Amino acid sequence: MTWIRKHLIGMAAMLVLTYLLIPNLVVVIFSFNKPNGRYNYEWTRFSTDAWLNPCGPPGLCQSVGLSLQVGLIASLVATVLGTMVAFALGRHRFRGRSATNLLIFMPMATPEVVMGSSLLTLFIAMGIPTGRTTILIAHILFCLSFVVVTVKARVASLDPRLEEAAADLFANALQTFTRVTLPLVAPGIAAGALLAFSLSFDDYIITNFNASPSSITFPMYVWGAAQRGTPVQINVIGTVMFLAALVLVATGQLVSNRRARAAA
Amino acid sequence: MAAITSVKPGTVIRPPARKGRWTPYLLLLPGMLWLVVFFVVPTISLASQSLQTGSVDEGYVLTWNFQIYVDAVRQYLPHFTRSIGYAASATLLSLVLGYPLAYFMAQKAGRWKNVLLVLVIAPFFTNFLIRTLAWQIILTDTGWVTTFARWSHLTSALQWVGLTNNDQLMSSKFAVICGLTYNFLPFMVLPLYANLERLDHRLVEAAGDLYASAFETFRRVVWPLSLPGVVAGTLLTFIPAAGDFINSRLLGNTQTVMVGQVIDGQFLRVLDYPIAAALSFILMMTIVILVGLYVRRAGTEELV
Repeated sequence: MTWIRKHLIGMAAMLVLTYLLIPNLVVVIFSFNKPNGRYNYEWTRFSTDAWLNPCGPPGLCQSVGLSLQVGLIASLVATVLGTMVAFALGRHRFRGRSATNLLIFMPMATPEVVMGSSLLTLFIAMGIPTGRTTILIAHILFCLSFVVVTVKARVASLDPRLEEAAADLFANALQTFTRVTLPLVAPGIAAGALLAFSLSFDDYIITNFNASPSSITFPMYVWGAAQRGTPVQINVIGTVMFLAALVLVATGQLVSNRRARAAA
Repeated sequence: MAAITSVKPGTVIRPPARKGRWTPYLLLLPGMLWLVVFFVVPTISLASQSLQTGSVDEGYVLTWNFQIYVDAVRQYLPHFTRSIGYAASATLLSLVLGYPLAYFMAQKAGRWKNVLLVLVIAPFFTNFLIRTLAWQIILTDTGWVTTFARWSHLTSALQWVGLTNNDQLMSSKFAVICGLTYNFLPFMVLPLYANLERLDHRLVEAAGDLYASAFETFRRVVWPLSLPGVVAGTLLTFIPAAGDFINSRLLGNTQTVMVGQVIDGQFLRVLDYPIAAALSFILMMTIVILVGLYVRRAGTEELV
């Protein structure tokens, strides 16, 4: 009885974690399925067909390619712009700080349908055709605020004395920035970029408003597939992304652990 | 993921004054320009679109047609209340489920902390549509979850409180709220974790030394200190959940249509832009007002 009381929180936590991970387990298991019909909903029999032929369904790999391309460009631009804003907010006192903070916060507080549809009304009003460019514009927009918040937290926790010490050692402003400030903020920038990429790669609602039939991203492909029949290959891509994320985060953790040990 | 973990008030380090007066503005310029051109202007464009009349083929003229807001509310009020209700239920459920997990990760997990953190974040990388489709598989009528729910009369109980119908779990309010809770739970766990990680465990011990029961310690010490995390988590869960329509579309039925689904349909299929814009604008304003009231009540100033 006391054992149960002592471990009650731990058990509750494990149950919640299971709830979070069960769909991923289902995705992995069903990537080895060979369904009878067009829908991959019922377990039929084990097969590695989908894994051996991931680009089988027409258009699937093009959509993954477009999503990767959009994700990389959008996260790169959002990270550069967002880091600049984060430095301004974290390092400088200036007029209009609270207005800037509000402007950063508003996109995060706007539901995706609203953001997607308002951008669409702008593109319609301006006569801009939707496609890859409009998708990029939208993705940079919704990634920007998240990058700012991530990097700002890191900039704010930086000890200003380190930069002063660099200056005392006759480093000029540029040297101080590239040799001291930037390496210290780098983990925050990396986290922001990774977050931006995952947001971009995952987005369906905003993208769907600003895409055209010739620019189908991976989430749009999945949505379309859900209406017509789900190819098993979708689960293969989902599994690969899941594993890639685990490997990436684990590597990042190892690197930062080693750095911390080296610094200690 | 630190973005979510850092949406928390407090820990404000006063930025040092710098020499270059124009430096901050130059740093801000490109980012702010992007936000103004592609966020502020579209919001105005949305408001203006809602007050125009016309059609896709003939073009639109601004006629200050405020009547459309009355029509929109009259016609779609159930969708609005449903969206707010589902989002609020999912947020509450996420809090109840997410709190123990965040507390365990932050205070009890020791060297497993980072492993757990990765496991909370990793599902994000499998597209959320695929994961929601996985819920269809889990809750399907012939699956063992539904079989068990029928055997244990859970389906009857849920049906009795009006959360499901036809003795099944899929295509119901229950499935939609489960899906919403599942999809946005990490957004609750991460800010809570960031907050609870900074909780000084000695305070909990001190409460125990003063003969507080576990429940009293939680109610009088842990919970009040974690409020900023609770506020950040509930906002990050409620706002996207209120506008979501993926869960209601994939897991619900015709009686669970949320307002996001109506907006999407009006914009992209019916092509009735004014009503769609009006609905978007009402949704945005509803959320801004609800969030404003909530934040004021919770007494948190700094959000970002």
